[in-house]
Amino acid sequence: MAEEKKKKSKIKPNRVNMPKQTPEERVRNFDEVALGFTEKLAMEEASRCLQCKKPKCREGCPVEVRIPEFIGLIADGNFKEAAKVMKDKNALPAVCGRVCPQEEQCEKLCIVGVKHEPVSIGRLERFIADWEASQDTLEYPKIAESTEKKVAIVGAGPAGLTVAADLVVKGHDITIFEALHEPGGVLIYGIPEFRLPKAIVKREMDYVQKLGVKVKYDFVVGKTRTIASLLEEYDVIFIGTGAGLPWFLDIPGENLNGVFSANEYLTRVNLMKGYLFPDYNTPIKRPRRVLTFGGGNVAMDCARTALRLGSDESHIVYRRSKKELPARGEEVENAEEEGVIFDFLTNPIKLVGDENGWLKGAECLKMELGEPDASGRRRPVPIEGSEFFMEADAAVCAIGNSPNPLIPRTTPGLKIGRKGNIEIEPETGKTSMERIWAGGDVATGTATVIMAMGAGRVAARSMHEYLSGGEQENDIYVKQ
Amino acid sequence: MEYKIIERRMIVPNIHELVVEAEDVAKSVQPGQFIILRPDDKGERIPLSVSDYNPELGTVTAFFIEVGESTSLLALLKPGDTIPTFVGPLGLPTDIENFGTVVCVGGCFGIGSIYPIARALKEAGNTVHVLLEARSQYLIYWKERYEELVDSVFTITRDGTMGYPGHISLLPDILKEKNIKPDRFIVNGCTFLLNRTSDVTRASGVKTIVNMNPIMIDGTGMCGVCRLTVDGETKFACVDGPDFDGHLVDWDEFRQRRLTYYDEETAPLRKSGTGTEYHCKLIR
Repeated sequence: MAEEKKKKSKIKPNRVNMPKQTPEERVRNFDEVALGFTEKLAMEEASRCLQCKKPKCREGCPVEVRIPEFIGLIADGNFKEAAKVMKDKNALPAVCGRVCPQEEQCEKLCIVGVKHEPVSIGRLERFIADWEASQDTLEYPKIAESTEKKVAIVGAGPAGLTVAADLVVKGHDITIFEALHEPGGVLIYGIPEFRLPKAIVKREMDYVQKLGVKVKYDFVVGKTRTIASLLEEYDVIFIGTGAGLPWFLDIPGENLNGVFSANEYLTRVNLMKGYLFPDYNTPIKRPRRVLTFGGGNVAMDCARTALRLGSDESHIVYRRSKKELPARGEEVENAEEEGVIFDFLTNPIKLVGDENGWLKGAECLKMELGEPDASGRRRPVPIEGSEFFMEADAAVCAIGNSPNPLIPRTTPGLKIGRKGNIEIEPETGKTSMERIWAGGDVATGTATVIMAMGAGRVAARSMHEYLSGGEQENDIYVKQ
Repeated sequence: MEYKIIERRMIVPNIHELVVEAEDVAKSVQPGQFIILRPDDKGERIPLSVSDYNPELGTVTAFFIEVGESTSLLALLKPGDTIPTFVGPLGLPTDIENFGTVVCVGGCFGIGSIYPIARALKEAGNTVHVLLEARSQYLIYWKERYEELVDSVFTITRDGTMGYPGHISLLPDILKEKNIKPDRFIVNGCTFLLNRTSDVTRASGVKTIVNMNPIMIDGTGMCGVCRLTVDGETKFACVDGPDFDGHLVDWDEFRQRRLTYYDEETAPLRKSGTGTEYHCKLIR
């Protein structure tokens, strides 16, 4: 049927709009901004897909979702089958559909996108995941017979969850060790409710647990037990502890009251539900004028959170120009609509406090763009004599994180890179130590949810190979 | 997860002893480390120094002082109740080796948390003196436990009801009088005690280790709220500490950071339940 449609109609140049809360409305609540496609809108958008024989979009997907196939099924109204195709490659589609930078991945390569707007692959992914969740019965994949191999996964974030979902269906016995009291890693403490509702993270987590994955919360590997001790009990270990050590700007005044890391600011709000204080007991400040330093998705999350907490003015202070913003286009647009003020080509050089140690504002410099640097982006250069003062009663540093140091510091023999990252073989995720794999931000430094999931998939494949190989060896041993 | 409360009792006015069943922590904790718990599903993550542990029974003991909304929830716990979060051990253990003579200073909840440190120091062959400091004799606990353990125990109370009358600034004089020449001080307790002890030992040049207690959330290095300046460098108490050299800590900054959420923490306590705010003269 999709084939017929394709032949009959010319390509519709524009994407189907996804309903959203209006900016005026959403800036006063923490509910999800985007409301998702209806069945009708999803089928309409899906019919824009050309069903390419050699799909380019798939090459852009770190977890290799069979994109044209699931979109074709949506166009036919066969949502059940579409969900199956999706789940086959992606255990967390409701998350990915919401937070993946599709415009840099699958949608960037979409053939429709050459002349028109590319197919909204991410929105369709989100639609199909939400559709499936709204059904009474969820489809579960078949679990292979038990191999009696034990796998320990450190960190219940996107990388660890992917490894868990991939390996549990192969019949391995999976335990995830999570330091916090909730699963999801950055999905739960970092990404705000209005972009990724926590009920959705919980739903995807329940799915992984229904597959037979065990989770131990409140368990800090490196502290509660070391990697060496886990190796005695488990056949293989995957380390996916993320990038959990926030960077600050390294300028004077950073320890003033009212200066937060993005991690602190967002964790208070998201994991600890500070926006519901005092019903929830974790407090959060509700400052009047907030400066967020940085230009990535996390910076957008912080600036938009500040507005929802009632601040009069929320600024993004970014040292390059709009073009270089690393955040997803959609998030920048959302932030602009909601009234976040962007101060481009501006760099803070000193934070200034009052007599009680509370932030009063930031001394900033104006910048201009020079030659491209190693990242290919034009390097910001200070303009001499351009110092000016920005008043603020709170500042949030959203400039990135280093890999969490707990495991590197307590695992002698594990090769650690210059930036504190665990060194891995990119093709397999293998670390320098036998029986240990790693992936996601702890190996690469701050990246995206989907990159971490892709790394998890790569590691899971290699781990399974190792576990199956080991099995054969054991068989031979028994025969002897 | 669920962790069973074995004991919760007010050992001296406003200071509570909490014993929790947490096998994994009990097996791995070392002196000077801390745990984080939550009183209920809507609760804050509260860091507490560990005061004792029993790997066989799988129990961990910590003391807390009731100061705000969250600790008032803890104070309502009864044996047999459960709490949803109890994670640890967190932070680095206190450095234990044979230093020679060590003076351990404890106040408030630190009277409890310096106990495993004193015990480990004794086991390592040190001569150990313990100084307990409080406003009045009725706030001193575990004195007998220390007397069984260490070489000498002495107390300072503000009102002079037990031991030396005055406060921690007497420390150098007391040591002189007793002819104790310490090779190291280790201090556990409230920020004021850590700060003042570091001030009075500074002239002697004897290394003074303080067990810091900043605001925390995750306790694993992720949020950075526990940062402090030590010797001009920013450190995270949860992963680089909580022990630091008290002579190198920027105390003004640390004390100011501790107060960040003072209003929010105490606001619920000022609510009378009748819709009007009650302002306790003791708090403000």
